[in-house]
Amino acid sequence: MSSDVLFEIKDLEVSYGSIAAIKGISLTVNKGEIVTILGANGAGKTTTMRTISQLLKAKSGSIRFKGQELTSLAAHKIVKLGISHSPEGRRVFGILTVEENLMLGAFSQSRLDKTTLEWVYELFPRLQERRKQLAGTLSGGEQQMLAIGRSLMSNPEMLLLDEPSLGIAPILVKAIFRQIKEISNKGVTVLLVEQNAKAALKLADRGYVLDVGKIALSGTSAELLASERVQEAYLGKKH
Amino acid sequence: MDIFLQQLANGLTIGSMFALVALGYTMVYGVMKLINFAHGDMVAASAFVGLTIYTQVMGQATSLPAVIIIFLLSALAMACIGVILERIAYRPLRTAPRLSAVVSALGASLVIQNGIMLIWGPRMRIFPELVPQIYWDFGGVVISLIQVIILVLSLVLMVTLYLFVEKTRMGAAIRAASIDQDAARLMGINVNSIIALIFIIGSSLGAVGGLFIGLYYRGITFNMGWQYGLYAFIAAIIGGIGNIPGAMLGGMLLGLFNAFIAGYISSTWSDAFTFILLIVILIVRPTGILGERVAEKV
Ligand SMILES: Nc1ncnc2c1ncn2[C@@H]1O[C@H](COP(=O)(O)OP(=O)(O)OP(=O)(O)O)[C@@H](O)[C@H]1O
Ligand SMILES: [Mg+2]
Repeated sequence: MSSDVLFEIKDLEVSYGSIAAIKGISLTVNKGEIVTILGANGAGKTTTMRTISQLLKAKSGSIRFKGQELTSLAAHKIVKLGISHSPEGRRVFGILTVEENLMLGAFSQSRLDKTTLEWVYELFPRLQERRKQLAGTLSGGEQQMLAIGRSLMSNPEMLLLDEPSLGIAPILVKAIFRQIKEISNKGVTVLLVEQNAKAALKLADRGYVLDVGKIALSGTSAELLASERVQEAYLGKKH
Repeated sequence: MDIFLQQLANGLTIGSMFALVALGYTMVYGVMKLINFAHGDMVAASAFVGLTIYTQVMGQATSLPAVIIIFLLSALAMACIGVILERIAYRPLRTAPRLSAVVSALGASLVIQNGIMLIWGPRMRIFPELVPQIYWDFGGVVISLIQVIILVLSLVLMVTLYLFVEKTRMGAAIRAASIDQDAARLMGINVNSIIALIFIIGSSLGAVGGLFIGLYYRGITFNMGWQYGLYAFIAAIIGGIGNIPGAMLGGMLLGLFNAFIAGYISSTWSDAFTFILLIVILIVRPTGILGERVAEKV
């Protein structure tokens, strides 16, 4: 694994009013890696992702992508820099068709890249079959595929995935994780938020464990899988 | 039969004006979930602005190019006022509780209405005769050139708007922003620009509606925005608030409905029957005729 740092968070703090949600976290993502952020409900995973995308503003700290500071930018500028975010709960545009959703994914591009669209349809053939269907009528798993496909349409260098396994049948989770690996093989760097620690660590190179707004643990996936803390808290194993 | 055809023609004319104004309510509601109560007063202001442009700028010319310039300048003026209105009355309250924005909208409505009164006075003014009084008599059914112009121009504007929203990249961005602003931002859509664009489009269409009201009814008063605004707002609700084709359909239906009430019963009953229609539609279809095609999965 090369170690060119692509993305770096330093001493990030985020709060909702007077409530601190992120209390000084630092992490790095190298080019080409899959890095996962694990943590229980309310740990601050989504808050971190939304702050990277500037939907939330940091209270302090820095977020750098290819050396550029993001915290001073407006949210709509982020995707143009090469960071695409597939949000928690999918957030597809329900009363638009599958195809219209994908086209919106390419909104930041000056023109539509046909090969990207073909690649997305190749990754998720279901989307091509249903391209004229309203996104809101897709099943939860299909909507997740659409959310990921839509975020690929901007040809991102780094993909932020917030709980792609949320509310989806295990068999579909497997299929979606396989495609995340495929996306990574194409050279896209992935930052993956998950509660499904086992699946995430099988896929990721490295991981961070977030616990009420602080990083409790970090290491390679093998190290985390072997650690007692992760085993107890997330894999349900008792020692 | 004569009454029927006559009221059909009248209804389509009034309906086009309701529809143009209703679009402003529905587009702003679609993206901001806010009723812009000042919109009706903007429509009224446009008629006065048009009057002043006619007398002060165009030297009372009524040639076709002059009339086109009056329309364009009035629409431009109202588009600017719409953008300013959003900046000072609504943007600071974007994350505030919904009620604050409603109060601000009502305040803006009063400010504009009183502004018109201060500038142009409290008395009724007569809108200039920009279009020659030409009438055609089709065996008892009389149609004026003004009616034809209102209907044709409204249809052209509405079809253009529809194609813009449905077929272009910017149109898709407007629809995305009205469904989910944060998701739209993640696509790279500048939601602030979209909102400004919505106010520009809505206010210009409302401006054209205001000039049509002046042309058709001739008498314009500082507080007429309240009445026309209310009807257009009801039209937007009937069609499904937030839905663009809905506002067009709702406007046309309400115009026809009012014309037939006036033709067969009495125009003094218009208000009462309009509200009865509104209540019936809300009971049968609470989301309006074209509101929300599918329930979104969560
Ligand atoms: N809009 C908000 N206003 C106030 N507090 C919030 C808001 N959103 C999140 N929080 C709080 O911030 C903390 C972190 O929430 P966050 O959504 O980031 O957690 P998460 O790790 O993504 O959890 P989950 O696994 O359930 O998605 C929680 O305590 C939550 O209650
Ligand atoms: Mg979350």
